[in-house]
Amino acid sequence: MAYTIKGKTGDWEVVVGLEVHCQMISKAKLFSQASTEFGHEPNENVALFDAAFPGILPVMNEKCVEQAVKTGFGLNATIQKFSQFDRKNYFYADLPSGYQITQMYHPIVTDGYIEVNDDEGKVKKIRINRLHVEQDAGKSIHDRHPHKTYIDLNRAGVALMEIVSEPDIRSPDEAGQYLRKLRSIVRYLETCDGNMDEGSMRCDANISVRKVGETEYRTRAEVKNVNSVRFTMQAIEIEANRQIDLYESGETVKQETRLFDAVNCETRAMRSKEFAHDYRYYPDPDLPPLILTDEYIENIRKNLPDLPEAKKKRYIEQLHISEYDADVLVAEKETSVYFEKAAEGHDAKKVANWIMGDLFAYLKEEGIPISECPIKPENLGKMVDLINDGTISGKIAKDLFVLMCESGKDPMTIVEEKGMKQVTDAGAIEKAVDEVIAANPDKVELYKGGKDKLIGWFVGQVMKATKGKASPAVINDLLVKKLNG
Amino acid sequence: MTELHELSLKETVDGLQSKKFSSVEVTDAYIKQIENNRDLNAYVLETFDQARESAKAADKNIAAGNARPLEGVPLGIKDLYCTKGVRTTACSNILRNFVPPYESTITQNLWNAGALMLGKLNMDEFAMGGTNTTSCFGPVKNPWDKTRIPGGSSGGSAAATAMDMACATLGSETGDSIRTPASMCGVVGMKPSYGRCSRYGMISYSSSLDQGGPITKTVADAAIMLKYMAGYDHKDSVCADLPVPDYEASLKKDVKGMRVGYIREFNELGGVHEDVYKGYRDCLNAFKAEGADVVEVSIPHVIFAGQIYAVLANCEAASNLARYDGVRYGLRVDGDGSLDDMYLETRGKGFGWQIKRRLVIGSYMLSAEQYDTYFKQAQRIRRLLFNEFAEAYNQVDVIMAPITPDAPCTIEQVLNGADVVSRQGCLIDLLTMPMAMAGVPGIAVPAGSVDGMPFGIQLCAKRFDEETVFHAGYALEQMLKGDK
Repeated sequence: MAYTIKGKTGDWEVVVGLEVHCQMISKAKLFSQASTEFGHEPNENVALFDAAFPGILPVMNEKCVEQAVKTGFGLNATIQKFSQFDRKNYFYADLPSGYQITQMYHPIVTDGYIEVNDDEGKVKKIRINRLHVEQDAGKSIHDRHPHKTYIDLNRAGVALMEIVSEPDIRSPDEAGQYLRKLRSIVRYLETCDGNMDEGSMRCDANISVRKVGETEYRTRAEVKNVNSVRFTMQAIEIEANRQIDLYESGETVKQETRLFDAVNCETRAMRSKEFAHDYRYYPDPDLPPLILTDEYIENIRKNLPDLPEAKKKRYIEQLHISEYDADVLVAEKETSVYFEKAAEGHDAKKVANWIMGDLFAYLKEEGIPISECPIKPENLGKMVDLINDGTISGKIAKDLFVLMCESGKDPMTIVEEKGMKQVTDAGAIEKAVDEVIAANPDKVELYKGGKDKLIGWFVGQVMKATKGKASPAVINDLLVKKLNG
Repeated sequence: MTELHELSLKETVDGLQSKKFSSVEVTDAYIKQIENNRDLNAYVLETFDQARESAKAADKNIAAGNARPLEGVPLGIKDLYCTKGVRTTACSNILRNFVPPYESTITQNLWNAGALMLGKLNMDEFAMGGTNTTSCFGPVKNPWDKTRIPGGSSGGSAAATAMDMACATLGSETGDSIRTPASMCGVVGMKPSYGRCSRYGMISYSSSLDQGGPITKTVADAAIMLKYMAGYDHKDSVCADLPVPDYEASLKKDVKGMRVGYIREFNELGGVHEDVYKGYRDCLNAFKAEGADVVEVSIPHVIFAGQIYAVLANCEAASNLARYDGVRYGLRVDGDGSLDDMYLETRGKGFGWQIKRRLVIGSYMLSAEQYDTYFKQAQRIRRLLFNEFAEAYNQVDVIMAPITPDAPCTIEQVLNGADVVSRQGCLIDLLTMPMAMAGVPGIAVPAGSVDGMPFGIQLCAKRFDEETVFHAGYALEQMLKGDK
């Protein structure tokens, strides 16, 4: 069933388009040499251009062009060989030149898509209208002084990519998937760090609702600066319900900009001034059009890293990982890097199970990223080998895993040190079986009397006697033979 | 005997390099000339101490045999060029206290060549205006008749050059701001191709048109100046990455076979004084007499140049001047404590009427509703003009035209808004702005007088062909010299 919201007058569908601002990874700003590093004193990273000194002109940072093109490829989009920068004019204290340089008329990337699964599990393309490059503004700080506003221009002029989707999203879940995939793509490409909580990825959601079956779009509201995937999903649901309530009580929805308040679980209209602007867009005469050659574009394409979708396909087809597992493994670049190292030359399916089971649980408990995992990926692969070749039992492997986490040592070293090898010597196991049978004549009688389930108890006893190192299968075989014989 | 301040730049360079006189002597001569003519209001800042220090250093370099090409030559700089540590205002109250911590590329190039600065020159506020009456420091007077305007916006530069208050000066042009004042003051004004010189550190008016150029005593001086001003600069993304030719090598008298065009659409212009028109025809005939081919060309869209200039320049200015907001530098006038009020007060008190007028018009024309009607349409016509010029230059090497149609108006007429002022202004726009729109290089050469006031003739070649401009300009200058 598609996602709908039940109203008093019937079922409603939500229509969502997302505008995501991604701060580009680049040492210098979009049009100046000033550093983009975080954590500096206010106004430390400000070039003359960033403060809009008279006569100082923008000079394009080529790295940012490359980053935009790379991201375009990640979004399955068309790279435009001709693009142009425009000025978006408005006055604000943290916008030094009185205009933001952006790409209104001719964006560098157009017509892409990201795939998500709809509520019925079917693959669905969320179309991307465009990716354009623009400058970030500075920061106004209002809470340092009762009457004054402080301006910090460290962020002014930092390169952003604005990625605008078509209104193809039909549920909070699809929005969540879209954002996670987008984040995963930019992280794979190293074009944006994707940290929404730090503001390096920010999301505005255009939300409207309509009755199921309607084909026209109704008026939308733009919910600004939602700073996590979860909040975006919440904001969509809350805003959609607000709009449905309005329609159902005979009112209309205004086209306006709203803010999401996560604490009170509501969206609030921003003051009307904020959206009454006429931005007077026009081509920036200080910058010639950006012309990219086929060779330049091809060169970037050739050097693209493996993207999540491509990896997923490879995991499924070549490593026989299930689709679900592949999705989990490629979601974060670090996870896929770890997995690939661990699986190389080993049983990929088992490695995947260990990563998604014990390893994820351990990381979650410790609160550390996979890149800081004490078990080196190649050691996890070796551990799986030890299980597969019968050197250790699956049960012992659980203990071994914990010891590896604690020590970071090679699994074979630990197995040797702790004497964890599985007993495969049938004679030794047989001896233990005989001893258990001899020591428990009463249980033997009961078993022979028909209590088949006691076999489990016998296996447990033998396991205990062999300190878990004997193969449960071998024990089982021997017990059955002897008890029935 | 010729006084030192009467020498051309070329003569000055020769005299300095051959140690006939020192830079200190030349500099002092110009300082005296500036002091004697302060009533012209050509300089808005005198940097005499700095000039004398530089002159002493230059003399040392010359004595040590380390003289650079323009070593010790004193220049006047339009107050549009940012000069490091020296107040730069664009003659606007909003920048009245602004001291840039950086140097414009053009001035830096000149200092690197050994030149020195006498001071900063008056201009129309933010280079907007053709009369030099909108400066926050007051109007500049024409040295030929102090009741009259010198033309603008580089009026201080043209007046100072005419009155020997600098060996050469820097002007800048957006629509006609070099050629018009040069014509009105009887000096040479050279506007290079758009993109020939870096705009870095020049206070922007209309970015797609602004271009710096020299105003000089002779055509040869302009060629020497441009040689050291021009060149690729990565700090200006529209600056052309082309080699700079030795323009002095282009200064030839021989024009045999040169194809000199005149624009058909300019033939039947009412309002051009008969003396100016006759002077213009005489110049064409002089070329013909020297063996040049005189050819009529048609550039139909010239008639719209003034209007499209008004659209494009005002639109670009509206956004270029948004940075003067009182937040970071320049004038700040606090209002009721709100940000919006600070903007209103600062910009209200900081900008003169001409600026406010143009910013209002520009903002309106850029508005979403008007954008297609004005800005887009103007850009289309500009493209047509550009193509028509390119087409014309397939037929001719250089195009000749008048610049100012009559003697300049009086300052009083301008301040009173007399009809003659706008009539004359429209004609000047028509005669000069097509070339600005096409981004082609042009030179104004003094060609005669009307009502006792000088007027110039312009020679424009195709984009980046400054060599032909200097060739034709020099030839005309020599032909006219022969007449006298």
